[in-house]
Amino acid sequence: MSNILVLADHVGGIVRKTTAELLTIARRLGEPVAVYIGDSVGPALPVLGHYGAAKVIALTNPELSQYLVVPKAEALQQVAQKVEAAAILISSSSEGKEIAARLAVKLESGLITDAVDVQSGDGSPVTTQSVFAGSYTVQATVTKGTPIITVKPNAAAPEAVQAPGARPEVEEFDVSISDAAKTARITASRPREATGRPELTEAAIVVSGGRGTGGDFGPIEAFADSLGAAVGASRAAVDSGWYPHAYQVGQTGKTVAPQLYVAVGISGAIQHRAGMQTSKTIVAINKDAEAPIFELADFGVVGDLHTVLPAATDDIENRKG
Amino acid sequence: MKIVVCAKFVPDATADRCFRPEDNTVDRAGVAGLLSELDENAVEAALAIKDARSGDGSGIQVTVLTVGPGQAADAVKKALQMGADAGVHVVDDAIHGSDAVATSLVLAKALGKLEYDLVVFGMESTDGAMGVVPAMVAERLGLPAVTLASEVTVDGSTVRIRRDGDVASDTVEGTLPLVLSVTDAANEPRYPSFKGIMAAKKKPVQTWALSDLGVSAGEVGGSVAWSQVTGVAARPPRTAGTIVTDSDGTAAAQLVEFLSTHKFLSSGR
Repeated sequence: MSNILVLADHVGGIVRKTTAELLTIARRLGEPVAVYIGDSVGPALPVLGHYGAAKVIALTNPELSQYLVVPKAEALQQVAQKVEAAAILISSSSEGKEIAARLAVKLESGLITDAVDVQSGDGSPVTTQSVFAGSYTVQATVTKGTPIITVKPNAAAPEAVQAPGARPEVEEFDVSISDAAKTARITASRPREATGRPELTEAAIVVSGGRGTGGDFGPIEAFADSLGAAVGASRAAVDSGWYPHAYQVGQTGKTVAPQLYVAVGISGAIQHRAGMQTSKTIVAINKDAEAPIFELADFGVVGDLHTVLPAATDDIENRKG
Repeated sequence: MKIVVCAKFVPDATADRCFRPEDNTVDRAGVAGLLSELDENAVEAALAIKDARSGDGSGIQVTVLTVGPGQAADAVKKALQMGADAGVHVVDDAIHGSDAVATSLVLAKALGKLEYDLVVFGMESTDGAMGVVPAMVAERLGLPAVTLASEVTVDGSTVRIRRDGDVASDTVEGTLPLVLSVTDAANEPRYPSFKGIMAAKKKPVQTWALSDLGVSAGEVGGSVAWSQVTGVAARPPRTAGTIVTDSDGTAAAQLVEFLSTHKFLSSGR
């Protein structure tokens, strides 16, 4: 069977949900081979095996983590050539897309980014992307080289393989990193404050606040917590300094496609719609009945968020008992 | 120091953007276009570096480079009006339908004909929105890249940026020459002044064809693209939802009922 490379996305050894999704997709295309970059692959193995990695290639060179993008692209190139990869799947994170970009040039291969679905096709995988602020869906295939595809979170429901406790075969592989790859260096890193809420792009429910909050995200956060949701923000709210940029939903922020998206005090400009339009169910709360967000809403409340949200939050908490 | 800003002419995001049915490429002729909003941030970043260093004799020159059809000259003009010093427009019918990999080839070849210490990009185009061209150009030119900057400092030949990632906010630095990309959080693009608009008319703009770059028509364009769009479908309009007006204070209860009916309350912790 053909080898499908999956670059495992993890934070300090904790495998992210997107990796389980990539492995699930990889099984449709061939035999998943996970590439793990980091010093201790051990704790990640059961998870990688659980979701179908037949083999894990562990890359432990410290340079791989000290520098951005380029060493990882060089490493993947070497691994792809060694295992004769038939396709390469990478998470559609900002670094993932840049790794994929450099890899495409190195391997002289076609690249598709931001797939929301990947299926096996006639020779090359067929991907689906959502474009133009979610107003169009396109299908695409790679026609040259080794297809390189970056995949968005929630593109597949992670499916565990039948064999429980499967531990994949591990192979350590020594890659050579060029000096040229060590030119853009991370000199400081400030981890984002943990919120205790789900990751924005992975959450089943997202509650976002905009200009209508007037700068107070307290009611948004309380409502989100009653639903176990992630919190997002519109560009207007971020530009006003009310919420960190990392939580911006929209064209220039995160694109989310949760089961439920609640837009609170957000008018629904194209910049915002681009980031949430493909959500399964959309709820909008806005005091302006003419706000374009209501065109997208499955359920809308024309009213003051400062009264509606706290009342809804209390109601939900009471139902929990 | 020489700065080249790579900028793209895109269909207006607020218009009804569409595809050409004959070849599934983005319709760039039938929809009004403009300089990509996110590339205004790139132009601004370059101009800010120039402004900060004016007077120290470093003689910073900002050139805007675009690859696109005839109308893309408008993108160059806008950048010149904002304050860029010169423009280069690569235009050739054979480029139509090129994918990101081919676009990066044309840009890299054009950059090869220009002098540069710093190449600046916006974070992504507002049409294709892949965000991969800066990394591809850096790869082709053998340059380091510091990307997705939400803050930029140039200190001698060191470029230092803040990069707000998914899990951390990093400080990343590199040494010129390099590729830089900036997000929309990096700055507030200036509006062209009347003086700027008048001055732009006298600024030099070069127009290059593929043959000027040593790129053959067979290396670019839709027919040889390394990825192909095989299907395009407009997303069906969402069915109209229920809208309630909170006139009697019952909207919150109705909202919770909607969430309960659709089983969204089960995941609460």
